[in-house]
Amino acid sequence: MAPHTEQLTRPAVRLRGLTRSFGGRAVLDGIDLDLPAGQFTALLGHSGSGKSTLLRAVAGLDHGVAGSGRLTAPERVSVVFQDSRLLPWRRVLGNVLLGLDGKDAEERGRAALEEVGLKGRERAWPGELSGGEAQRAALARSLVREPELLLADEPFGALDALTRIRMHNLLRDLWKRHRPSVLLVTHDVDEAIVLADRVLVLENGRIGLDLTIDRPHPRSYREPVLGEYRERLLAALGVTEDHA
Amino acid sequence: MTTVTTTTTTAAPAAAAPDPPQVRRRRRLSPGRRLPAARLLGPLVVLALWAAASAAGRLDPGAIPAPWTVVRTAGHLWTEGTLPTDVLTSLERAGYGFAIGLTAGVLLALASGLSRTGEALIDGTVQLNRAIPTLGLIPLFILWLGIGETFKVAIIAIVVYIPIYLNTHAALSGIDSRFVELAEVQGLSRLAFVRQVVIPGALPGFFVGLRLGVTGSWLGLVVLEQINATSGLGYLMFQAQNYGQSDVILVGLLIYGVFGLVSDSVVRLIERRVLSWRRTLSN
Repeated sequence: MAPHTEQLTRPAVRLRGLTRSFGGRAVLDGIDLDLPAGQFTALLGHSGSGKSTLLRAVAGLDHGVAGSGRLTAPERVSVVFQDSRLLPWRRVLGNVLLGLDGKDAEERGRAALEEVGLKGRERAWPGELSGGEAQRAALARSLVREPELLLADEPFGALDALTRIRMHNLLRDLWKRHRPSVLLVTHDVDEAIVLADRVLVLENGRIGLDLTIDRPHPRSYREPVLGEYRERLLAALGVTEDHA
Repeated sequence: MTTVTTTTTTAAPAAAAPDPPQVRRRRRLSPGRRLPAARLLGPLVVLALWAAASAAGRLDPGAIPAPWTVVRTAGHLWTEGTLPTDVLTSLERAGYGFAIGLTAGVLLALASGLSRTGEALIDGTVQLNRAIPTLGLIPLFILWLGIGETFKVAIIAIVVYIPIYLNTHAALSGIDSRFVELAEVQGLSRLAFVRQVVIPGALPGFFVGLRLGVTGSWLGLVVLEQINATSGLGYLMFQAQNYGQSDVILVGLLIYGVFGLVSDSVVRLIERRVLSWRRTLSN
């Protein structure tokens, strides 16, 4: 399963010797990494391992953080945060259109909302949405800008288990249709295995494991082959599963 | 949980087992539903007690005249006295002072909330101004501006601008950093960021200041008119004090009270309209 080989030749994101430190402690310690265009990558790590620091560096959001290294990223980057971060004083459509102008903006916003299953909720206030709906709106907000790179910082971390499974399918569908490069930061090993084609484990400020998951989609948590990937990833994270 | 279910099902056919106790609603700790027209109820009770005590002859009419005497005096003053001019003069003072204070408060808050230079220049100065009781400035302002209208409007403006500035500035500088980050990600220009994120986010704080400012404008007016005026409601009341006309004083107080209540309600109404998105949170 390697359909977009011609795309994969040009990396969307390139990190060379990327270092970021807080209070003299290097959280990212010279990372070299290429993310090919159109690849769905997950980044795993313990809390405090620097996952979010890496994502924020790629997003250009780490003002005032000490660091060095070279970093190239595409022009159009969207970020989905753990909280939906909808402005409570703008209706759902207004939130999706935030920062977007042009004549067809509204039309595109409506289309994006329809795509995430929120057609008819354009005029709702964010306070009226459920957690899952709010995160859908946030996805629509990032997709309407047609990003070349979609950064997602534990986007489903605050959702209940059922909603999370539905959102996994949605994200994967959207990725298939729009083909942005995706960097999904998560601490959920299963989420990474089910969604991503490549899983990175961040450890001690470096990429400790770079695993390609060459399995067809949609994947189920229960596929036995995925169990092997899970064990390798958990081992890289320093967790041993107790089979007793 | 499973064990509980199994025991009940097996115990049920044994018949003799007593019914499980019915679920009783918990005692409610919140005060419950609002009474209709709740804010008018208290004043109406006071009015009724006043009327009853007057009718029973329990109140000295020289000190506290009956409600109907006050109403009659008000009618008399309105048709044959100077009441309309006095009310107009007072409204004008409060209105001008309020308008100037509102403008100054908002402009200063924007300048100091949106730029570090502005904050360095303005915030400390306003905090210093706040520490000085504004009514203590009256003697100095009379020396500077004379005893005419200008100094009265100036004092009211100062009383008004301080709470508006403080609350608006606090709201502007307390904008959620997560929204700042979002605006950066969405590539908003600085102007769009201010218009679409900062100002709407600061509106709740602004309205708190606005309501304090409205109340403040009436407060300043009362003090100013009672010590340094030749017209206006306060002057009317001051004169009445000299002649022992307690009914006239009560008319003045009543009008002040109505002004305060009406202006506060207007601000509330505007607030509810503008911040309609908040209602979804409080329910």
